[in-house]
Amino acid sequence: MLKQTESRAPVSQKSHKIDKPVDPNSIGATITIELNEKKIAVPLGTTILEACKANQVRVPTLCHHEDLCIAGVCRVCVVEVEGMKSLQAACAFPITSQIKIKTSTENVRKARRHIIDLLLSEHHGECYTCVRNRNCELRALASEYGVDGFTFGHREKKMHEIDKSSYSVLRDMDKCILCRRCVRTCIDLQEVGVLEAIDRGGKTHIGTFMGKPLSEVICINCGQCINRCPTGALFTNDPSDDIWRAIDDPTKHVVIQTAPSPRAAIGEEFGMPAGTSMTGELNTALRRIGFDKVFDTDFSADLTIMEEGTELLLRLKAALVDKDPNVKLPQFTSCSPGWVKFIEHFYPESLDYLSTAKSPQQMFGALMKTYYAQEYNLDPKDIVTVAVMPCSAKKFECNRPEMVDSGYKDVDYGLTTRELAKMIKEAGIFLPEMPKSEFNDPFGEASGAGLIFGATGGVMEAALRTAYELITGREVPFENLRIEACRGFEGIKQASVKLEGCVPAWSFLEGVDLKFVVAHGTANARTVMELFKQGELNDVHFVEIMGCPGGCIGGGGQPIPTSPEIRKKRAEAIYAEDESMTIRKSHENPHVKLIYEKFLTDGPCGHKSHELLHTKYVKRGSFIV
Amino acid sequence: MDLGIEKSARKGLVLFTQYEAGSAIKKAIAGGREDVLFELRESRLKGRGGAGFPTSTKWMITAAATAEKKYIVCNADEGEPGTFKDRVLLMEYPEAVFDGMVIAGYTIGAQYGIVYLRGEYEYMFAMLKEYLEGMRAKNLLGQNILGKEGFNFDIEIRLGSGAYVCGEETALIESLEGQRGEPRNRPPYPVNTGYMGFPTVVNNVETLAAVPHILLKTGEWFRKHGTDKSTGSKLFSVSGDCERPGVYELPWGISVRELLDVVGARDTKAVQVGGASGVCIPKSQFMRKLSYEDAGTGGSVMVFNETRSMLNVMHNFMDFFVEESCGQCTPCRIGNERLLEGVHKLISGDFTFAYIRNLKELGATMQVASKCGLGQSSPNAFLSILENFSDEIYQSNGSGVTHA
Repeated sequence: MLKQTESRAPVSQKSHKIDKPVDPNSIGATITIELNEKKIAVPLGTTILEACKANQVRVPTLCHHEDLCIAGVCRVCVVEVEGMKSLQAACAFPITSQIKIKTSTENVRKARRHIIDLLLSEHHGECYTCVRNRNCELRALASEYGVDGFTFGHREKKMHEIDKSSYSVLRDMDKCILCRRCVRTCIDLQEVGVLEAIDRGGKTHIGTFMGKPLSEVICINCGQCINRCPTGALFTNDPSDDIWRAIDDPTKHVVIQTAPSPRAAIGEEFGMPAGTSMTGELNTALRRIGFDKVFDTDFSADLTIMEEGTELLLRLKAALVDKDPNVKLPQFTSCSPGWVKFIEHFYPESLDYLSTAKSPQQMFGALMKTYYAQEYNLDPKDIVTVAVMPCSAKKFECNRPEMVDSGYKDVDYGLTTRELAKMIKEAGIFLPEMPKSEFNDPFGEASGAGLIFGATGGVMEAALRTAYELITGREVPFENLRIEACRGFEGIKQASVKLEGCVPAWSFLEGVDLKFVVAHGTANARTVMELFKQGELNDVHFVEIMGCPGGCIGGGGQPIPTSPEIRKKRAEAIYAEDESMTIRKSHENPHVKLIYEKFLTDGPCGHKSHELLHTKYVKRGSFIV
Repeated sequence: MDLGIEKSARKGLVLFTQYEAGSAIKKAIAGGREDVLFELRESRLKGRGGAGFPTSTKWMITAAATAEKKYIVCNADEGEPGTFKDRVLLMEYPEAVFDGMVIAGYTIGAQYGIVYLRGEYEYMFAMLKEYLEGMRAKNLLGQNILGKEGFNFDIEIRLGSGAYVCGEETALIESLEGQRGEPRNRPPYPVNTGYMGFPTVVNNVETLAAVPHILLKTGEWFRKHGTDKSTGSKLFSVSGDCERPGVYELPWGISVRELLDVVGARDTKAVQVGGASGVCIPKSQFMRKLSYEDAGTGGSVMVFNETRSMLNVMHNFMDFFVEESCGQCTPCRIGNERLLEGVHKLISGDFTFAYIRNLKELGATMQVASKCGLGQSSPNAFLSILENFSDEIYQSNGSGVTHA
């Protein structure tokens, strides 16, 4: 089994969690402490914060984030531990002895208020106009912890220019409170390492290599830092004004495609619990906003399966039948633009292993301005294509110079879930109230396979459902088509399916153990790539990698906050929707069949699809001049 | 073993006495680890860097830890303003310092020792390396030291890069590992999870230098010097308004007044004990004793006479902390800036007493809520000067000149 390597983050930015005992009943596994004069038993090594959470004691946090290692830098979570002369950070204190904790003494309250006061004194807020207005952790803390004035002043002047260089991620350092969640996200959670604390004392700031703008460093645009920023210091490059302009322009035919992950999460922006699927409601809302057509990205996800799956089978044939020594296996998926930029920067020598298939978003865009324009007699120059994605990197992807195979910019705007929620609110629509409606034709129907692309392992599961059936003529041998080996949030998953009873055309695959690996988050991707370089994946055929933790449902454009629990619920919504679908295999999607009959007549990976649906990559490397 | 340095005519009770290189190592090896720990515990030696943690406890925890590797780190970062005693020890008494490290290595079971040498002391680097070479030649370092089967130990010197915070032991370890020098969360402590994750003892130069003397002359002898809670002697680096500034070895428990007499200070208005992170003592408190239990110090004693402006002193210290905070935790990073702002307002005369009261409360928060000792001690000077010299401070008329 593949092992995850240890994080490369500096120790001061890593957790110092003590391994909790495996058997909670073994002697010494639990320890009795006193929390606010109440005796409780906790597992050895539990942090004070965890102990408080489990016992209905709320402790404020700011630098702490469930997904990240422990920093203990903001100090807002300080509590009193009897016998210690200083207050202790609850998030960073592992319990290993019978301590007595008090969470609301005069000293503690005073310290918390002081800390919030201090942060406000350096924070140029502009709350009214802030992108995180009403969803700001600092603002919430200030109101919860009795900050009723700027005791130590308040910064009135802007000190920094907003870095707007990136297509995806913008930075406003006036709002940064130096909690370093972004730093830990970048180096520890994603192992990219673009952001770091620079200088010291009062001059400390979060910066990039040589202070370069974000577009000129090795940022992969995953936007995970945005999802974890407690304030509005990090946000996406919002194209909604341009989209409004297009909608208002009567000469423009504005179409929108929605990916599965935003639909499973956008409800959170309207107060719905995580995991509420809003597909039908969203379709109605988008039409009311003024989009001319609403399409389902799942359609092009199905198309991706056909293209990418065929590509894999061709590579397998080249390896097994033609004995081509240059064939590149395993084949890596290419639908996650964060992952694509990651491999371009860090493993440019391995780019040939990446599938050449475009992502569903880009395939859709290319077809929109060719096939769709042709079918509906539209001039492609008047079509504006918008893609609702859970992703900030999709903004970068649609602006890649090579993504113009239709003769026009294939996708004009990448819009995140959060930005779309704002547009819906601005249009005077409360999403949960909307009646449900369907997607438009000619891409109206999609399969459940395209839908599950949203969760880590989904592409693999979709591909297997199709590939297995094409090769053997039988459905994948799993109950209700659930391929459990692909599901779940383990960092790196590895499994195999034995191909037996193959149909004549694929008889060369008879007896082959189809091996696959699934990883999510670029930290795990790095581990996979290191193993690949060591030759440990030589017998693997297909590798799915998603740039974000949890896959697209945890994307950098998704509603804030994010946590393992929230991502799990979003994934559950997607898998539940899949089971409710009538078509659950990409190759059974009638629109996909139709498009290969009518438009892409030379079939998957044929000449036309190569022209429109496949792409090439850039050897970027780690140094950018 | 001769460094070619002429040892000046220093006089003292423990450290500034004759010590024959290697003799304490011999005794340690002959007696065994338990004996070393016993003598150390008997001596009640506490850390000389300023924090005053019992050395024997530190060593015992590390000795008891089971690990593939262990480390002993000599903290020679000596960054506290007004401290220059480690420089003297390393230049003139390297035999005691390095033998102390070897004994520590033997006792805790470490194979490696690292000296974290202050960047500004680079000029000593070559000389110290040469000294270590000499030790290797005499088998005081290396394999099977002094014939003790299986006792392998060597020392390496690393240079710091000038950050004050790297004197904090966990920031020092981060720096040694090649990271940005920032304190870690504690617990776990370095004695369990230190350099490269291995159990590590970090001791001040002076602490290590005392070890060979304690071993040769017994802990009981050491304990006879000083006070009950502050045993032994201390090196004081005295600077400022006095006739004979320099490094003095004196027993713990000596009063500020007595020390001032020794160094020939006259018309003294204030004494800053413990460097920038210490407290400022006014004339009325000169009977206070220099000791862990009263006025503690890692060695720095700064003397200010009647001509000095305490506002300037305060300004200087706060400037220092705003610059030297590592920038990691909120109370220290922003708190020090706010205190410095307060000093500016005190100087300009543009302040209210309510505002000053807020700053004092903030100082108290910084003392308990900061992540490491730097932040916890950074408001000390501000608070004590405000407390002890309030008449002078509040008499500022806005011209920036105070009336003493």
